[in-house]
Amino acid sequence: MTTRAADRPDSAERLAGRPAPPAAAQLKSRHLLGIAGLDADEITLILDTAEAMKEIGGRAIKKVPTLRGRTVVNLFFEPSTRTRTSFEIAEKRLSADTLSIATATSSVTKGETLVDTVRNLEAMSPDMIVMRHASSGAPDLLARICRSTIINAGDGMHEHPTQALLDAFTIRSHKGRLAGLKVAIVGDLLHSRVLRSNVLLLKTMGAEVWACGPSTLIPPGLERLGARPTTSVDDAVRDADVVMLLRIQHERMQGHFIPSVREYFALFGMTPERVRRAREDVIVMHPGPMNRGVEIDSEVADGPYSVILEQVSNGVAVRMAVLYLLSGREGRDDESPGEGR
Amino acid sequence: MPQVMDADRMSRALTRIAHEILERNRGLDELALVGIRTRGVPLARRLARALKEINGDDVPTGALDITLYRDDLMRHPVGPQPLVRRTEIPFSIDDRKIMLVDDVLYTGRTIRAALDALIDFGRPRVIQLIALVDRGHRELPIKADYVGKNLPTSLKQSVQVRLQEIDGTDEIVIEGEP
Amino acid sequence: MNLLLKNGRVVDPGNGRDGEFDVLIQDGVIRRVGRDLPAEGADVFEVARGWVVTPGLIDIHVHLREPGQEHKETVATGAASAVAGGFTAVACMPNTDPVNDHAGITQFILKKAAEAKLARVYPIGAVSLGSKGEQLAELGEQKAAGCVAFTDDGRPVATALLMRRALEYAGMLGVPIVNHCEDPSLKGDGVAHEGYHASALGLRGIPGVAESLMVERDVSLAELTGGHVHIAHMSARQSLRAVRAGKERGVHVTCEVAPHHFTLTDEALEGPPKYDTNLKMNPPLREDADRDAMLEGIADGSVDVIATDHAPHHADEKMLEFDHAPFGIVGLETAVPIVCDRLLHAGKISWTRLVELLSVNPARVFHLPGGSLTEGAPADITVIAPDARVTVSAAALRSKSKNTPFDGWELRGGVAATIVGGRVVYRNASC
Repeated sequence: MTTRAADRPDSAERLAGRPAPPAAAQLKSRHLLGIAGLDADEITLILDTAEAMKEIGGRAIKKVPTLRGRTVVNLFFEPSTRTRTSFEIAEKRLSADTLSIATATSSVTKGETLVDTVRNLEAMSPDMIVMRHASSGAPDLLARICRSTIINAGDGMHEHPTQALLDAFTIRSHKGRLAGLKVAIVGDLLHSRVLRSNVLLLKTMGAEVWACGPSTLIPPGLERLGARPTTSVDDAVRDADVVMLLRIQHERMQGHFIPSVREYFALFGMTPERVRRAREDVIVMHPGPMNRGVEIDSEVADGPYSVILEQVSNGVAVRMAVLYLLSGREGRDDESPGEGR
Repeated sequence: MPQVMDADRMSRALTRIAHEILERNRGLDELALVGIRTRGVPLARRLARALKEINGDDVPTGALDITLYRDDLMRHPVGPQPLVRRTEIPFSIDDRKIMLVDDVLYTGRTIRAALDALIDFGRPRVIQLIALVDRGHRELPIKADYVGKNLPTSLKQSVQVRLQEIDGTDEIVIEGEP
Repeated sequence: MNLLLKNGRVVDPGNGRDGEFDVLIQDGVIRRVGRDLPAEGADVFEVARGWVVTPGLIDIHVHLREPGQEHKETVATGAASAVAGGFTAVACMPNTDPVNDHAGITQFILKKAAEAKLARVYPIGAVSLGSKGEQLAELGEQKAAGCVAFTDDGRPVATALLMRRALEYAGMLGVPIVNHCEDPSLKGDGVAHEGYHASALGLRGIPGVAESLMVERDVSLAELTGGHVHIAHMSARQSLRAVRAGKERGVHVTCEVAPHHFTLTDEALEGPPKYDTNLKMNPPLREDADRDAMLEGIADGSVDVIATDHAPHHADEKMLEFDHAPFGIVGLETAVPIVCDRLLHAGKISWTRLVELLSVNPARVFHLPGGSLTEGAPADITVIAPDARVTVSAAALRSKSKNTPFDGWELRGGVAATIVGGRVVYRNASC
């Protein structure tokens, strides 16, 4: 004998008498390809769910049975310890079966195309695929072709949605809100997917973003994306509520973007003096891994304003929230195969 | 909508339960209340207050969100995932007598989920169940140790408990054809 | 082959004609153009009301992929695609495998074209051996074998010195150098037009100046040498400016624009679907101002030719990450519908201008026979149905490859028939 959904003790209908918040809510897309596809309500839903997930990490037994029997594959075409570990822990905390495939080679050199690699994987019926890839748009390609739910763990220079979400979670936990904050993002803006995702999210949530870097590393159209571009780190940081640093890769010296990391640090590095121009209760963030002495002074990285390690721990909770909210929707006939159809 | 209990009778039922707890337990040490979200939580707090009034001791009270332990989460063919809220149990449950508090006991599946959740938190010595309303139609071998009101219902009906803290008023109503 | 095209509107700017005329074809040659011509035993082709009869259209920029990449296209399938698109002749690029840098390959291509018996094929030879930019190829031999122009297309002619010498040498032979203008250092590993959309999508950008910088170089070199440079697949407004300035000074420079560059912009990459590799080509789809500049140049005469840069790629090759997919889209079978719909019916060009862009000027730029319906000339004729409703279907293309961004587009204007040497080599049954 089955009970009607409406009669279940915690059903949406039962709780419908309450004014707010909604007893149940949903992400519109069955994939997480980027922040670009999310509206403010969906972002808030993910952050609120992450709140609940965070508590689980504080227990003695850090596990709930929610994704028991589900298989999640972490397909990482770019090396990453931090993000991959974070996803693995999140998956295991939800009792999912997790499998990590770290392929150092791209599809082209290996000979097997990305589509073939994933199709072969799909033949073994994973429920969700978490993918990091060096090419922008790789997850979009898969979402068009695959049945599994695709979660983008970073694609080329395009987006890194879970990073932006955990950054927002961290900011919100310190400031209580996102709207109206001044957020300064400093670093290699041109090549950064963390920048793009953060700008989109913060703009959607009503924050004011200043994006700062050398003019050679400012992407065209940045203002249209939603950030105020500047080459003055002082202007960016002045009265900022949040200062976020991005990596400068040593490779940027080829391509003539910067003459040296030494000069970059002199002009743009976050030193204690520069941080002092921000608000007294500023928080300093970095997606990691850090280049100490390049984009950030060690004193700042380890100082009282730094919330860098919190970001890491929040990452697990946010990823648990994303996995939970997207689970159970893979390959449903009633839903179209993904964005863009 | 037919009201089966008004504020006054609800209050008396809770007071009666509090007295029963004290009677059957020879004191309150090792006892703790854990309300099941959402409406079990204010009920647990009210019980704690009642117990303190009668007996003078503070009873530790916690809130348990069982969403992630439900057995029907991934089985809905369509529809949103239920919203998950924080569990807050700020004390150790090891070796305690835990009183789970829920507003309506129905199929028993919520309680099963709550038991799974509690066991992940530690090892209580005893777990008992307090339900404000028992409407029958159990699907699992679960029983309440303390009941505010037994309410025979049909499967077509639904029972709604409204609480001041959440709904602005205290009452229990039944919807639907008998 | 004897054929009488009866009652069509004939647009033949080369002979100053635009009106209702009959065209009598005998033994593969245009015998007479006049009114109320007797059939004299020829088959009668009743040209339907509203259809237009033009000199055979000529596409001077196509990639036929043979030898070496026959999985994408062959001379035969490319020729079939051409006539289905209304083209009686095409000029094919040398970036085959091996590169067409010697007479043996030119002869091979011509043989394959003759076997196919569809569109005429005029090979374009490589400027340098292997198109490596190191050593001049034997342009004289190649011209004798049948090459009508030279290019290292796929790549720019590598150095200013090589371009200078090529212009001088080819000038001596009376043929143009066609250049794929692109500064390699500015292009880098870019895959899309440098601008807001590439930034938003995280794609490495190629600025318009990467193209125009080399256009400026080549205009100066053409001026210096007196040679003829033809700018292939022009896409950037800065390039058009440089071409206009060169023409004003009397430099022998001509240019072509492909249909996708006056129809689509980089906004299309945002989809849906995002990152469609059928929108990836080089030069890339640029921004509104560039597309508008191309339209302006087409309308005001600064642009000489419309050429498709037909670049077939196998579906497997395009089903890759955007970064890794090869550049290029097919275009032979969508050119006429797009030109009719987006230029003619949009009121931007007249019929005369259409025929100039697709027939008169291509013939003039490459010194090819054709471009007009002159009595005594081979009967290469295209019959266009300007009001035909065309729904582009990638699957139905006669090309071996289906990499088009126009799949599903509804356009007004199609090809009713294509006639080469007096033979109807293509007849559209639905017209």
